[in-house]
Amino acid sequence: MRILSALVMALAIAAPAAAETVLVRDGRVVTNGAAGTIENGDVLIVDGRISAVGANLTAPRGARIVEAQGRYVTPGAFAAMSEIGLSEISGSGAPNDANISGDLIAAAADAGRAFDPGVTAIAVTRMEGVTRAAIAPSSTETMFVGRGALVSLDGGDDSVFRSQAFMVVELGEVGARRTGGSRAAVWPAFEAALRDAREYPGRYRSGQGGAVLNELDAAALQPFARGQGLFLVHIESAADIRRLIRFKRVNPSLRFAIHGGAEAWQVADELARANIPVIVDPLSNLPDRFERLSARLDNAAILDRAGVTVAIAPAPGSVDAHQARLVLQLAGNAVANGMEWDAAFAAVSRTPAEIFGVGAQIGRLERNYTGDLVIWDGDPLQVTSAPDVVFIEGVEQPMVSRQTLLRDRYHPSRRNVQ
Amino acid sequence: MRSRLKFVFALSVGIALSACATTPEAETEEPAGRAPYESSYAPQASTPTLIRGATVFDGNGAELTNADVLMQDGRIVSIGQNLAAPEGAAIVDGAGRFVTPGIIDAHSHLGVYPSPSIQATSDGNEVTQPNTAEVWAEHSVWPQDPGFQRAVAGGVTTLHVLPGSANLFGGRGVTLRPVLGARTVQEMKFPGAPQSLKMACGENPARVYGSRNSSPATGMGNVAGYRQAFANAQRYARRVQSAEEGNGEPPDRDLEMETLAGVLNGDIILQWHCYRADEMANAIEISHEFNFEIAAFHHAVEAYKITDLLVQEDICAAIWADWWGFKIEAYDGIRENIPFVHAGGGCAIVHSDSEVGIQRLNQEAAKALADGRRAGLEITRAEAWTWLSRNPARALRIDDETGTLEPGRRADVVVWSADPLSSYAVAERVYMDGALIYERGQINQRPSDFELGQTYRGVVQ
Repeated sequence: MRILSALVMALAIAAPAAAETVLVRDGRVVTNGAAGTIENGDVLIVDGRISAVGANLTAPRGARIVEAQGRYVTPGAFAAMSEIGLSEISGSGAPNDANISGDLIAAAADAGRAFDPGVTAIAVTRMEGVTRAAIAPSSTETMFVGRGALVSLDGGDDSVFRSQAFMVVELGEVGARRTGGSRAAVWPAFEAALRDAREYPGRYRSGQGGAVLNELDAAALQPFARGQGLFLVHIESAADIRRLIRFKRVNPSLRFAIHGGAEAWQVADELARANIPVIVDPLSNLPDRFERLSARLDNAAILDRAGVTVAIAPAPGSVDAHQARLVLQLAGNAVANGMEWDAAFAAVSRTPAEIFGVGAQIGRLERNYTGDLVIWDGDPLQVTSAPDVVFIEGVEQPMVSRQTLLRDRYHPSRRNVQ
Repeated sequence: MRSRLKFVFALSVGIALSACATTPEAETEEPAGRAPYESSYAPQASTPTLIRGATVFDGNGAELTNADVLMQDGRIVSIGQNLAAPEGAAIVDGAGRFVTPGIIDAHSHLGVYPSPSIQATSDGNEVTQPNTAEVWAEHSVWPQDPGFQRAVAGGVTTLHVLPGSANLFGGRGVTLRPVLGARTVQEMKFPGAPQSLKMACGENPARVYGSRNSSPATGMGNVAGYRQAFANAQRYARRVQSAEEGNGEPPDRDLEMETLAGVLNGDIILQWHCYRADEMANAIEISHEFNFEIAAFHHAVEAYKITDLLVQEDICAAIWADWWGFKIEAYDGIRENIPFVHAGGGCAIVHSDSEVGIQRLNQEAAKALADGRRAGLEITRAEAWTWLSRNPARALRIDDETGTLEPGRRADVVVWSADPLSSYAVAERVYMDGALIYERGQINQRPSDFELGQTYRGVVQ
């Protein structure tokens, strides 16, 4: 009997049910869109997409009704940066596809082709309400950290829904360390790499080769160097951010977002004018690096008030493979330090989708958006809350993970049961 | 404490005998003075303070509504309804607010791994040999670490600073007050608190020394290393004792042995980094072989598997709310670890091991409470607060001084803007020994010397 139930559990983790027509009724619906929050709202999901949102929707014939009973109903959360799916265990010498050593590959590294939808962290994370994530390698030996991907956390074979979605580049302390130890070398090297990429394949076929990039990296960098993809730039200090703003002024076709930005609050108005989004960590308030000496807890709130597009994720260096679910705690702390609730929730759902170019399909409860929906047992930004029900593309996700199986095996109520 | 002071005194006699010219001899010449390395902490001046009409978690598991808390002369005087204010007392309106004992972090590296984190400030682990029981974390503590101020803003009034975990024996840990403006570590030392010995199980020592092709390289190498060291310490302690009884010469001073002998005689408490259930069980076997106490296992990711054993041995478990998966010995981490240990009758502690986490340990306790409740356990929020104050005080052997709001205890008190087991609550006022050391929103919060005059900084938060 126990073997059978273990098998059923294992299947439950692996294989969610099929999409169905679902009417979620009578919730506090956070649309993340023009309709704002709808009290006593309904959401209808058909064929994995949202087909209607509003009050008193009529259930189509055969629709499954889920009574939200006034609970929060929100879009799924979007982890704006994670290494989820790139390792089962990140340390201990276990295989970890987030770290790339050697000089063969840097810009050409492709996280989407390392992603494994079967890692146990997927089930752990999605049952906490996180349905999408941006993933990227965490380190290479150059300033280029490689190409990130956007993934669903439904555990399916086709979880990577946008590969090569952005290019991570280190232009702060880490970038300097990998470029001869100095920022004075970083920017010339970055510009030279962009030239190599723009002149690919010509200069490589001619035998001239790249000034700084090998042929693989130049090929991978080319679309980004031509403004066809997003550079996600790791910088923290106000001085580095100003340099990036100036660089964008001279290179208006290039697309940039900042990850880190601990001192962005000092440059908030300039960032808003330059239309450069920032992914910040609301817990970053220590002068733990020289590039973060003026980090402060209300960074996200200040940026948001200034009109900067703000998403929330762990700071570079704190991103991991197992705790993407904590983005909701990060957003709650942004609220505790002055950010509006709607903006903070958007910063871990709609805004990451918009920054990474999928904001027309993901991140809102609006007609034609993907049916990623979570019903919560409380305010989703409260650490004490958790989802009751999670849908990804209209499919209800099992609330079972390796952690819940361990929990149930060692539950105190079973202590005397052998 | 008395036995420990005696121990220090005996050592300083040993110093005099060893004829080391540079060693201070204050101990014998000024019996009333401060012994070398002892605390010089002095509470700030305080006025009597009455907090009125708050929700109070007393740190012992009880919740009082609409209650008053009276502090005077640095101590808790009473908690209850309609307390009279002494003359000249400061009155704090507690309406809508929550009052708790100050948070005690049983596992911190503030000061020894300070901000900014660069090679020169990485001062927390003497990774040169597997047994460095001779080093003391307090001698690496930089009182100007800006992290202390952030911790206070998170409601922390006491913290235990430990060496890192690369070694079998990492050295002595120290219990500190986060004294803003302290110039020396002695000004931060919690008076009378025993030092600890930090030991480490598992992957870290085996990886660090195994990769140097030296022992330990394995779990069994770890255990052999602990046992041989304690066997040596037993012999050392016997020779010290014989000499005290007039039989023979004392052994040459050996700082490593002094620490281990201090564990054997109970003067130094043991804080043991250990993740896995089976490794904690092995550690307990060693404590039986050599007859010493383990105060707490730290990280204890699998404590929930051996709650019965921990209860039987009276060992606390200092735990993260939800860290897991970052290495294989953390693979079985579950979010119900703390509530499961609690429900089994164990001494559960929420610890940080992090300069970020220490700033919001209340949220970590809140997560553990909520996860425990969702697993069907009945735990009150006031019981959850014992994980943050009374239980760590127990593990640090300072529970007769702080950790609860019992009359006579040090007045280490936090006034929260709302239920602190929440994301949105913030510490509005923090009292240490009855003195207001932090008030949210006041611009006179004292930044560390490091942060003064940095022109890229705005108003310090």
